[in-house]
Amino acid sequence: MNQLDLRIPIGGMFAIFGAILIVYGLVSDPAMYERSLGINVNLWWGIVLLLFGATMLWLARPKNPV
Amino acid sequence: MLGIGWALRRFVRSSEDFFLSGRSIPAWIAGLAFISANLGAQEVIGMAASGAKYGIMTSHFYWVGAMPAMVFVGLFMMPFYYGSRARSVPEYLKLRFDEKTRGLNAITFAIMTVFSSGISMYALAKLLELVLGWNFHASIVVTGVIVLAYIFLGGLRSAIYNEVLQFFLIVLGFLPLVLLGLKDIGGWQGLTSKLAVVATNAGFESGAWTHSWQYTGSPTQNPMGIEWFGLIMGLGFAMSFGYWCTDFLVVQRAMAAGSMTAARRTPLIAAWPKMFMPLLVILPGMLAIGLHATRGGFLPIGSDGHPNYNLAIPMLLAHYLPTGLLGLGLTALMASFMSGMAGNVTAFNTVWTYDIYQTYLRPGQTDRHYLRVGHVATVFGILASVVAAYAATRFNNINDILQLVFSFVNGPLFATFLLGMFWKRSTGHGAFVGLLVGTVMAALHYGLTLPQGSGPGIHGGFLGTTLHVYPSEMALNFWTAIVAWTSCFVTTIAVSLLTKRTKTDEELRGLVYSLTPRIEEGYMVWWKRPVTLGIAVLVVSAILNLIFW
Repeated sequence: MNQLDLRIPIGGMFAIFGAILIVYGLVSDPAMYERSLGINVNLWWGIVLLLFGATMLWLARPKNPV
Repeated sequence: MLGIGWALRRFVRSSEDFFLSGRSIPAWIAGLAFISANLGAQEVIGMAASGAKYGIMTSHFYWVGAMPAMVFVGLFMMPFYYGSRARSVPEYLKLRFDEKTRGLNAITFAIMTVFSSGISMYALAKLLELVLGWNFHASIVVTGVIVLAYIFLGGLRSAIYNEVLQFFLIVLGFLPLVLLGLKDIGGWQGLTSKLAVVATNAGFESGAWTHSWQYTGSPTQNPMGIEWFGLIMGLGFAMSFGYWCTDFLVVQRAMAAGSMTAARRTPLIAAWPKMFMPLLVILPGMLAIGLHATRGGFLPIGSDGHPNYNLAIPMLLAHYLPTGLLGLGLTALMASFMSGMAGNVTAFNTVWTYDIYQTYLRPGQTDRHYLRVGHVATVFGILASVVAAYAATRFNNINDILQLVFSFVNGPLFATFLLGMFWKRSTGHGAFVGLLVGTVMAALHYGLTLPQGSGPGIHGGFLGTTLHVYPSEMALNFWTAIVAWTSCFVTTIAVSLLTKRTKTDEELRGLVYSLTPRIEEGYMVWWKRPVTLGIAVLVVSAILNLIFW
């Protein structure tokens, strides 16, 4: 039996976190970002997390059996 | 946000079994678990608190302390741990010395786990108080109940798995905080100028918070109150080597690796992310104190009149992160505190039930009996943690109390291990007496000295007369470790020479350096060898020291 690759749950978790943050960042009130120096950190960090999660999943993609 | 984190953790937990059966944990996972095992409240909150209180000198915990120690454990000590097939650090002591040495170590280790878990409890309760506005005492009770439920529901079985997840959660949850804080304060330049204000206010030269070595010529010139000798010997040698080489929770992660080479490489791989951890945990502390000094009242003032440095990270989180990302940051913090506590309480339970109760108090009972004792021990461990959590409230920097405990437990233990692994003449009686004397001397030193600005009591000096006053709590800890290490080292040698060896060369094969066959590594490509990795780690740490000199 193949071992479950830890990169899959990590990648999945951060991809979902990222997607949620992106959506939230797009719909939320911009006034809320005053405290984060006017930067929509939810949107930007959501993109970072999504990319990180996707990279992890991509690294864990199934290799062709020989 | 919190809910999703928990739901996912639950999903992950159900798929754990493969890990325990298969012995081949990939090196990068074992490596991350190795440093995640101590990436709990103590690191996140404690190192940030130290960053605020002592400035960039806190980086010595990494670049002078952890790095050489991790290289040492990987290159020189792992062969004995892994090769002896001991399942735990106390078990190695039993194989190498005797039953009583193991027993003594089990007891001091149990005390240490209670303190560690109590410190996590304090941090979690403080966070609940700050974020949800709960009463601190109520928060402590709630924390205790949650952890109890978590352990009884079997939440810690997939420890290694969870730890790696948490590692990423903490790194990715905190990085935006550091970036925002740094941007707000005006980059490194801005931070330096703000910290110059902090330093001159405290009566030091303006660079005291931003230079790690320059002011270590005399203890009066730097906020940590220590000179280079105490720093290198106390922190760099006795305490860090003691912690990274003998702490069961940490070393165990490497023992789970698939092969001897993988086990040796684990700490050497772990060293790389560890090296850059100061960016994530010390820098926020420095940002917080910089903001505190120049924008007024960023950190709440504690009952001792000093800012409560422990709140550096929670205050920054609340200050910069909007709803959404704040959830991620809080999830990261709570997850690390919870598992830090649960891990320590579980370790306490294991050591108490199997290494102390089963071995000495009531051997030969049924499994059910021991299981019940284990449950009682868990409850007791949590109650003891509550006491430790209240002790932690007396320190404005939890890293101070944590390192105090380490100086007692790991300082002397490292001398025992060093002699045990490299001197075959050292005996069981020698190790036992040495360990005992080392711990007692640590207590005497702690009882007879005080850090500046504290009265006799929990900060030391409780033996009536005060022989010396150190400029800071941390300086006292470093010297306690030096005293403990030296007295254990000398006593073990003296008693060993006076007593007869009880173990033959044959019994010590694989446990002592001179009786263990050298590991042949010629077949590996040179850049894959542990030695090469180790040297690379040391070179890069040296460069980091020079940059922040």
